[in-house]
Amino acid sequence: MSPVLADVLLVTALIGALALVHRPLGDYMAAVFQSRKHFWVEKWIYRSVGANPDAEMRWPAYLRGVLAFSALSVLFLYLLQRVQDKLPLSLGFKPITPDQAFNTAASFVSNTNWQSYSGEVAMSHVTQTMGLAVQNFVSAAVGIAVAVALVRGFARSRTGDLGNFWADLVRCTIRILIPISVIAAVILIAAGAIQNFGDIHTVTTLTGDKQAISPGAVASQEAIKDLGTNGGGFFNANSAHPFENPNGFTNWLEIFLLLVIPFSLPRTFGKMVGNVKQGYAIVAAMGIIWFLGVVTVTWIEYAHPGTASQLAGGAMEGKEQRFGEGPSSLFAVSTTMTSTGSVNSFHDSFSGLSGGVLLLGMMLGEIAPGGVGSGLYGMLIMAIIAVFIAGLMVGRTPEYLGKKIGTREIKLAACYILITPALVLIGTALAMALGKGESSMTNIGAHGFSEVLYAYTSASNNNGSAFAGFAANTEYHNTMLGLCMVLGRFLPMVFVLALAGSLADQKPVPATAGTLRTEKPLFTGLLVGAILIITGLTFFPALALGPLAEGLA
Amino acid sequence: MNTSVANTGRTLWAALRMLLVLTVVTGIIYPLVVTGIGQALFNDKANGSMVKVDGKEIGSRLIGQSWNIKGTDKPDPKWFQGRPSNSGYDPLTTGSSQLGASDPTLVKNVRAAKKQVAQFNGVPESEVPKDAVTGSASAIDPEISPAYADIQVKRVAEANGLTAAQVQKLVDDHTEGRSLGFMGEPHVNVLELNIALKELAEK
Repeated sequence: MSPVLADVLLVTALIGALALVHRPLGDYMAAVFQSRKHFWVEKWIYRSVGANPDAEMRWPAYLRGVLAFSALSVLFLYLLQRVQDKLPLSLGFKPITPDQAFNTAASFVSNTNWQSYSGEVAMSHVTQTMGLAVQNFVSAAVGIAVAVALVRGFARSRTGDLGNFWADLVRCTIRILIPISVIAAVILIAAGAIQNFGDIHTVTTLTGDKQAISPGAVASQEAIKDLGTNGGGFFNANSAHPFENPNGFTNWLEIFLLLVIPFSLPRTFGKMVGNVKQGYAIVAAMGIIWFLGVVTVTWIEYAHPGTASQLAGGAMEGKEQRFGEGPSSLFAVSTTMTSTGSVNSFHDSFSGLSGGVLLLGMMLGEIAPGGVGSGLYGMLIMAIIAVFIAGLMVGRTPEYLGKKIGTREIKLAACYILITPALVLIGTALAMALGKGESSMTNIGAHGFSEVLYAYTSASNNNGSAFAGFAANTEYHNTMLGLCMVLGRFLPMVFVLALAGSLADQKPVPATAGTLRTEKPLFTGLLVGAILIITGLTFFPALALGPLAEGLA
Repeated sequence: MNTSVANTGRTLWAALRMLLVLTVVTGIIYPLVVTGIGQALFNDKANGSMVKVDGKEIGSRLIGQSWNIKGTDKPDPKWFQGRPSNSGYDPLTTGSSQLGASDPTLVKNVRAAKKQVAQFNGVPESEVPKDAVTGSASAIDPEISPAYADIQVKRVAEANGLTAAQVQKLVDDHTEGRSLGFMGEPHVNVLELNIALKELAEK
């Protein structure tokens, strides 16, 4: 079988599996967030926390819960890294330095999972499982909770109530993330991923050399790393490491895991607003952009432009033999467009134009299909912008799902879409102007600039993948990227929840003959167009200096 | 103002307890349950798929190794060689070169590797496959392409006093296709191939 045919089957199997699963999973998630019953373990949690899961929260209270929980998470994870040498199972690793510990804490709590450390020689068993993996679960649950609050804003009328943050957080963790993770982790172990709490142990090889074999609770972390669109690898090589991703099947499974919740949530949304077609219009826009990205990058990588790749006869630098160019490209596009950021191949060594597409995938705001939760709310904000543009064209007050998009709503949506571009462009410009960019580059010329742009794009959009030649572990970048991650995660959430509150307050407007039909393909087209134009205009100059200059040279 | 301070305090207190409870659930119970299942059902794999020769562990089938002459950076002609590694196959420094596809240093590395592999195996440079001259992502890639194994057959056979047909058969036996027929790329596990080679040569 030719590699291209194998790739076509690989993508077809992936789309088929997602199509099969999105409906039961999407409906299940809607049922989870609308259920009035509590499991016994949930009741135990609410009792020990002292929270009333049935108390409705207005948006400021919901936001307070999100921010308090996340702030304490940063603090807890920071402290855990600083004292890891004093805790059991430390593997002899030293405490993480303050700037790097802040960066890592910000990174995992904001669902970015950018890593300026090498897991195999830095993080103890306890830090990995009780710190990093915990945030893999709860940061994902926080994202989904905020998305669900926004959906309730559309679904409810004449009430400011958005649900209960504690209940959403706990249910998402207990009923959605843990069960799927357990199944996925066991499959990963069966396929070869490791799962132990041993020591680093040294073997003598046939040539008489010594080799150190790493231990770790890898499979359990790998499952939620992908399912929660987190992306922080147990090891430095992330999903390229054979202990994390041992073969072609696990590679496919991991791609499936990172896409499954983001592509199922629009169904949940459709269910909750009482019209599943609205969800399909959204998922179609996500799918179109993702698919275009997959085709483009796969095609470029097989064509392997670039002097070194041409000489080698293929773009295999930074890729694993068991995956090859096609499955590596599929992984790369899926991870950048879901805000996951795990990698099975190193994006720095992709050809210039492929790197540009991966960058663009993040710059779109992580909405195709985006991170768990954040992808849905990001896309709904773009839908609001799209109906606003359509409204301007015909001179009507725009509506979406029976809610008027008035001055307050459009202001909040506009603030939302300005935050990450501002962080990306100002962050990159500052690093370059202060000379902090050049000193961290591995590559020269336009590609070196792409490394800096990629770092700030990845951090601000909470992706976490890197042009990993960029030496990020400096005090300056640890701090600045840490700030970008926190602001890029939580400022948009403020606007999303404020918007949700204002939508929930409204009374619904009845649909008339003049209402824009947002469940139709025409709207999907308008939405994709709005996304590409808005992002294109914002980032084109920066892309021209980096990947475009390199790719067209 | 006072009520909002009190509210914030109450929320923080609940948040702290929630974080601790969820840490117990997702940070202790979850990994222990998965470890329990993994160790019970897939003990060998959960512990790294270790490979033994004469009763001694000599590596993991998933972790690539260096096949240089001991104490040198010269490849040993009697072994099948793996892909170029950014770290000399040290599992404690995984990761790739991170050089861009047009980077001058990478061009130089590829050119040098191509020449070396061609000379070492006595084949023209045009027959050297791409995986033989490019660094893997993990730096511990355990596998090579069947094409790279094929061009090493003649040299390995000579160094071990075997016939090329015998060694070619080993390569063919150790060539694994794509998972389920279409996932990933065909590959040859270098460690397993070399163990089989050692057994054959010692017969």
